[in-house]
This record gives sequence, structure tokens and C-alpha cells, in this order.
Amino acid sequence: MNFLEQYNYWIVILLMMSGFYIVIAHGNLVKKLMGLTIFQTSVFILYISVSKVIGGTAPILNDQYTVYSNPLPHVLILTAIVVGVATTALGLALAVRIKEAYGTVEEDVIQEKDLQQEGSAE
Amino acid sequence: MIQHLPILQVIIPLLAAPICFILKEARLVRWFVLIANVMAFVVSIMLLQQVNLNGTLVYSLGGWDAPVGIEYRIDKLNAYLLILVTSISTITLMAAGKSLTKEISESKITYFYIAYMLCLTGLLGIVTTGDAFNVFVFLEISSLASYTMIAMGNDRRSLWASYQYLIMGTIGATFILIGIGLMYMMTGTLNMYDLAERLPEVEHTKTVFTAFAFFLVGVCLKLALFPLHLWLPNAYAYAPSIATVFLAATATKVAIYVLLRFIFSVYGFEFSFSHLPLTEILVSLGLLGIIAASIVAIYQTNVKRLFAYSSVSQIGYMILGIGIGTKTGLTATMLHLFNHALMKSAIFLALAGVVYRVGSVNIKAFAGLGRQMPWTMAAIVIGGLSLIGVPLTVGFVSKWYLVLALLESNWWPIAVLVLIGSLLAIAYIWRIVEVAYFKPALQNNQSYKEAPLAILIPAWIFVLANIYFGIDTSFTAGVSEATAELLFGVAE
Repeated sequence: MNFLEQYNYWIVILLMMSGFYIVIAHGNLVKKLMGLTIFQTSVFILYISVSKVIGGTAPILNDQYTVYSNPLPHVLILTAIVVGVATTALGLALAVRIKEAYGTVEEDVIQEKDLQQEGSAE
Repeated sequence: MIQHLPILQVIIPLLAAPICFILKEARLVRWFVLIANVMAFVVSIMLLQQVNLNGTLVYSLGGWDAPVGIEYRIDKLNAYLLILVTSISTITLMAAGKSLTKEISESKITYFYIAYMLCLTGLLGIVTTGDAFNVFVFLEISSLASYTMIAMGNDRRSLWASYQYLIMGTIGATFILIGIGLMYMMTGTLNMYDLAERLPEVEHTKTVFTAFAFFLVGVCLKLALFPLHLWLPNAYAYAPSIATVFLAATATKVAIYVLLRFIFSVYGFEFSFSHLPLTEILVSLGLLGIIAASIVAIYQTNVKRLFAYSSVSQIGYMILGIGIGTKTGLTATMLHLFNHALMKSAIFLALAGVVYRVGSVNIKAFAGLGRQMPWTMAAIVIGGLSLIGVPLTVGFVSKWYLVLALLESNWWPIAVLVLIGSLLAIAYIWRIVEVAYFKPALQNNQSYKEAPLAILIPAWIFVLANIYFGIDTSFTAGVSEATAELLFGVAE
């Protein structure tokens, strides 16, 4: 079936959309970060799918093989994974600090408290 | 030495950051960071000299030539932006010592400087690099550092602002990553120069359009174009004042540079403006931003937030200039990019002075400040006049060019709307002037003293630059025209 031939791209789109949906729809700050991680992961799979050469082996030099997968996207995505880890770590650290300062990690409660604070300031 | 200048520009702040960590002592770190910044500034000036002498500089990292290795490519546009970023960051740092002691707890000051240097590294890296993936990496370095700086504000809302910025910023960066991935998929190269050569071959494929769309949305999130600006007002309002000055003056400008580089140099004018309705998109969003953000700014009670919304509207002017798609329009954008950096650094530094003395940026706290802190308030007023676009300030010069470009294209209704945007700017500046100069000081106010010289002098350097470049336009206009020609030249 032609539709399923490039199934990895369909997985990318599925992961991307579900991650994006979680970021938008969930009010819990930690869940939002999980959504964000899924969203980023989908892009990693996109890059790795691009680098696959049909019939190619892993990019290790050997006389037996002549066709290799493209190693460059793998390296790029290693960098992107590091960036993603740093982002998630920073996001979680912020969530901890927010919990300390506001006593909650729910978006709507935080916004309510901010509104109250702004109301009392005036 | 001379041939290694492009990499030194990035390496100096990058290495300075971990050394700060070793030095620990806040006072030591402060001087060290200032010295590193001055060095970066000197390097950027030497780079400009080299570019003026020998034309575009190309530097291959690790001796690997492009397209295998990463290449740093510096032409006139990059060189001038580097000077803009390093000079503003150096002058801002002069005020940092005083301002930070008031706004951040003693133990965190060293960490703030580290984040500041990393953010500077990222911004300089974006400008110097000639590799598309490198742009993403440096963008994330600068973004992660700026989330940290924003979260260090003493109000708890700074945490929430930082978190929101992190979510939106990461979505933007991931979109950029998708865009770059798709470009690589079609061309097999990440080098911008190479991309520009190979993209025309696959110009009509849907993948290239998709790549461009993802990239455009991602960058527009980073530069806070109108409907994607939601992270900006709170981030600027609750960040420590020094972080606000630095980010407002440089971060969005560098994002605009990325946009220009990809629209004009990588994809080329043909692709961006003929195959896509880029003019319609950019002009309508730019105009919406100018009007809507200015109206919202009028109703703000937090003055830092007011100026943050004004930043969103000023970004609208720059985007509008790009959208016109003529050389004069691009000149206007480049001019406004330089000029807006000057205006906003002057205003936000003066506000740092207000925070230092008064401890609040609520509009009510400004009552009577015009008499108590005349120099600080004068800086805000002159910066404000520049925002409005009054003659003899830089704001007038860039608006003049923008209106000129619009009239050249016979778009006079849009020129009228731009002028209405200026009128709205008068409204929000006037609110501050009214409270500061025409209202009696609050009864319980002890009389405030003038802001300390350490903050006042850097602020006035920017104010005087505002006036100087408003009168003597030959330098800025010349540079802007040259860079606009360069961007169009590459496209042809």
C-alpha cells in the first residue's frame, strides 16, 4: 500500500500533533513539558527518517559494504537532543520554583493569583 | 590573529562564561565580564575594518572547508550588527553593577552574569555563522540563557513569564529545526551559501514551501511578530531591568536579521516574494501589530510592560518595511533596527534608574518624578519622542524612510496608518509625561534623589546617540542603504 509505505512520516505527524495538543490543552506545567518533549522527539524521528538510505547499513567504514545511511542528520540530531534535554531541565526547574512561589503548578490557578495580585496593586 | 577574528568574536564571551563560574566573587566577575565585553566590542570593530578592506570574510571552523565543515561568513550586514550587539551589551553592563545589587539577591549575581555572557554568545553566534543548523544551536543558547535571566526577576511573576517564554520559544525553535531539516532533505547541504545555490533547482516542490513556512513561523515567534508576541510583554516587564535592556535592544533585532538572511540571501527575493504572498502576509501582520499593540500599550499601568507592548508595535514597523519588498523599504527596516535598539536601551536603562530609586514601575509611582529625578525622566521623554518619531531624533529618520518607501510604491493608505501608529505612540508617552511632570508627588513619598550616575551615564550615552544619529543621518542611512543593496544584490 502506497499510503503505508512511508509510515515513519505518519508517525512523525501523529507524534507532533499529539505533543502540540498536550502543550496547548493541558493546564499542568509538568504535563505541558512532557507534551513539548514529545513534540521535539517527533522532529528527531523526522531527521533520522531523512537520513535512511534503503538497503544501506550503519555508517561504519567496512570493505564489505558500499551503501551507507547518511550519518550527518544523526549527528545533528544528537545536538538537538542535547538542546532538548537542556530545555526540559530548565523547564522543570522553573516548574519547581513556580510551585514554591505560587503553591501550585496549574496554569489557571497561577493566572488567577496573578490577577489578584495585580488587582491589589492598584 | 587577524584571520581568526570571526571565531574570536564568539569564543571570547563563550569562554568568559565558565571563567565567571570559577571567579565566583560578584565584584570580580563584574569587572571581568565588562573587560570580556570590551574585547568583543574591539573584535567587532576590527572585523568591520577587515570587511571594509577585503570584502566578505570566510572562516572555516577547524580547517574543514564548507560545505563539509561549518563556515563563518561575515559581510557588511553581519559586521554592523555585531557592532550594534557588542556596543549595546558593553554600555548596558556599565549600569549592571548598581542596578543588579538592588534587584537580585547577592548570591545570584554571578549566575546572572554567566547567563548574560551565554546570551551574548548565542546572539553573536547567530550573526557570524554561515550554517543553517548552527543558527538553530546558537538561537537555543541565547534563548535558554534569556529564560534564565528573566526568571531571576524579584517578582514571582517573572517565573511564570519565563516559563511561558520557554514554551513558546521552544515551539518556535522546533519549527525552525523542522524547516532546516526539510531544506537539508531537498538540497543535502546546510551551508547558507550552498543552500542559496541549490534551492532554485527544487524551487517548486511542496517540501521547500513547507520548509519556508515552518522556518518563517518559527522565526516570527522568536522576533514577536504581532499575533505571536504573547510571551514578550510579561517577559520584559518582570525580568531584571538590565536583562530587559539587553533583550529588548538586541534579541529581537538578531531574530529579524535571521529573517532577512533567509528571505533574501538563502531563498532569494524571487522565491519569497513571487511564489509566496509574503508581501500581503508581512504588511498586514506588521500593520496589525503597529495599531493593536500601540492601543494595548495605552492601557498599561506597568510602565515596563507599556514599553514592551511598544516594542511589539515597533517590530511591526520593521516587518512592514520588509513586506514592502523594495530597496527603500528594506533601508527603512535596517534603519529602524539600529534606531529602535538605541531608543529602547535609553528608555529601559532610565527605567532601571527609576526601579533603583523608587522600587516600582507602576505608573502611579511616577507622580512628581519629573521634578525629583529630572535627568532620568528627561531620558525617558527623549526616548519617547524618538519612539513617536519627532524630528531631530532617530525615530523620525526611520519613519521618514518608511513613509517614503510606502509612497514610492503608491501605498498611501498604509502610510496614513503608519502615521496613525505614531499618534497612538504620542498617547502612551503622554500618559507618562502627564503623571511625571503635572501631578504632585504622592503624599507619603519621601523626595527621591536622581538615579545613580552609574545608571544615568549609560542611559544618557544612548539618549545622546538618539539625538546625534537623528541629526547626522549620513552614517546610519549610508550603512542601511549599503546593507539593503547587499541583500538585494545577493538575490539577483
